[in-house]
Amino acid sequence: MIVIVGISAITFFLARIAPSDPAALWVGIHARAEQIEKARIELGLDKPLYVQYYIYMRDLIGGDWGISYRTRRPVIEDILSYLPASMELAITGQIIAITIGIPLGVIAASRKDTKIDHASRVLAIAALSIPVFWIGILLQIFFSRTLGILPIEGRLDLGVSMSHPIQEITGFYLIDSLLTGNWIAFTDSLKHIILPAIALASYSTGLSLRMTRSTMIEVLREKYLKTARAFGLPENKVRFKYALKNAIVPTLMVLGISFSWSLTGAFLVEVIFNWPGLGTYVWRAILAVDYPVIVGIAIIAAFIILLTNLILDLAQAWIDPRVRL
Amino acid sequence: MPELSTPTEGREKREARFRETRLTLHILTRNPLSLASIVIFAFLLFLAAFAPWVAPYPDAYKGVPHVEDKYMPPSPEHIFGTDYLGRDILSLIIFGTRLSLLAGFTIVAIAVAIGWPLGVIAGYVGGKVDDIVMRVTDMFLAFPSLVLALVIAFVLGPSLINSMIAISVAWWPWYTRLARADAASLRERTFVEASKAVGLSDGTIMRRHILPNTMAPIVVQATMDLGTAILAEAGLSFLGLGAQPPTPEWGLMISMGRSVTFSAWWYATFPGIFIFITAMAFNLLGDGLREALDPRLRRIRGG
Repeated sequence: MIVIVGISAITFFLARIAPSDPAALWVGIHARAEQIEKARIELGLDKPLYVQYYIYMRDLIGGDWGISYRTRRPVIEDILSYLPASMELAITGQIIAITIGIPLGVIAASRKDTKIDHASRVLAIAALSIPVFWIGILLQIFFSRTLGILPIEGRLDLGVSMSHPIQEITGFYLIDSLLTGNWIAFTDSLKHIILPAIALASYSTGLSLRMTRSTMIEVLREKYLKTARAFGLPENKVRFKYALKNAIVPTLMVLGISFSWSLTGAFLVEVIFNWPGLGTYVWRAILAVDYPVIVGIAIIAAFIILLTNLILDLAQAWIDPRVRL
Repeated sequence: MPELSTPTEGREKREARFRETRLTLHILTRNPLSLASIVIFAFLLFLAAFAPWVAPYPDAYKGVPHVEDKYMPPSPEHIFGTDYLGRDILSLIIFGTRLSLLAGFTIVAIAVAIGWPLGVIAGYVGGKVDDIVMRVTDMFLAFPSLVLALVIAFVLGPSLINSMIAISVAWWPWYTRLARADAASLRERTFVEASKAVGLSDGTIMRRHILPNTMAPIVVQATMDLGTAILAEAGLSFLGLGAQPPTPEWGLMISMGRSVTFSAWWYATFPGIFIFITAMAFNLLGDGLREALDPRLRRIRGG
């Protein structure tokens, strides 16, 4: 709760210290002075600061996040319509990162200080150092231009969206098309999501690899694993089932952090791939100096992170019986 | 301020510190990856310092257009090709090294300068001060840092300096957290109690004992963050919130190259390689430093 008040306070403060006059932006460049004055009263900018903050909080909780200067639609509506696309991309990227990063981390930890381990370390650091927007462009050049096997940008082919429209249920194209048995749209959206998801996954892959490695090294020293081996359990079962189960909790925590990163990384990747999500929306808002949108994005991002942390706490308690909520 | 150490003690302390630094350097240079990262860093510093002499086309930076040469593919005259103004991309990248290194160091320096002392004060003083400082950092940490930086940069208006300030402001709470945890545990240690018993003031204890003892994790984190800071700065410039054209900033160059990805692939590709290498060098160096400064790992590997 304190966090939510804090978030709103910071965003309110940021919106007010802005050097440009919101009222002037609202009416446009060619407005006369009296029009600006009228807009100021309409927007409540003539009232004292604490009254403004009260109104701001009331509207925020009531779901009124202002109106976009550019699209002239309520910010909250815009955000909610773009959110599923971003979430789909971020989650797909995260899944790729986990399926590569965690097994590699386990392998690196069990072959500690060998060539494989050193290679994995370099790989992880390289993955953490790649600018996502650059790797996105490289993927486009290679897979779309040179090989010509994957689409350059967008979320769905225009032709496919006409002939096999996706019925929106969750807003995730992959899930919606699967639920309605729309195979053509499913394969098409899968083709579209591969490149941006891979670009996005690079950072989180590096992060989960390193984290899994270091926690696994600690866990592998534990005595209960010796017992498991003494009982004659196969080594792979010992490593991937018994050891990983204890090592996965800190990794999950890191994934929480990396998800927040993934979401912002998605902003950059979306711009490259023209993915119709929050990132593209933010980018256009930046170009149009669209205040309410930028502030709204910050709030929604903070909310998503808050929610992610909550879910991870619950997941941790579920996996690890030692943790009590 | 009471002076407690005699001159000989002072010299012993200096010698101990010198041995310590030498040991750290020794372990660091024995690790081939850390050594490589130091070499890369030195090379980048060299490029930045001597850009006008190293760059094959020193006037590229001045923005003198040779429009007849625009979008030339890589060739012996222009190894990395040319941009939309016909400027040599290699020369632009070399000048861009200045901006990126400067941005990285400034961002981290500001963030450390705010975050570190605050963390030490919060951890050492405790109580209400601690509560307030930690609540404020919690507020900042509730946002994904890049989003917060984006919003601040947006509010301040797009420019290289503003984007640097924005990233620092979004970043300092991480250092506060890091320093606070160490400071809080140091407070309970006997040598701090002893300093109090002999009448040193809280300010002196913090400056002379707590601050230096929380340094190692801060240095490691700061080194790694140099890479992340350069990535973040490039990201903001890419979104149009950082350096403005025709500045030879790496992220901006990628952004400009994006519109011609398929006709001039070299424009976005080469600046990206430099961002990647720079970030990787700092990450490797930070990783090596952590090993070199960690007493537990030292016993196993150290000389």
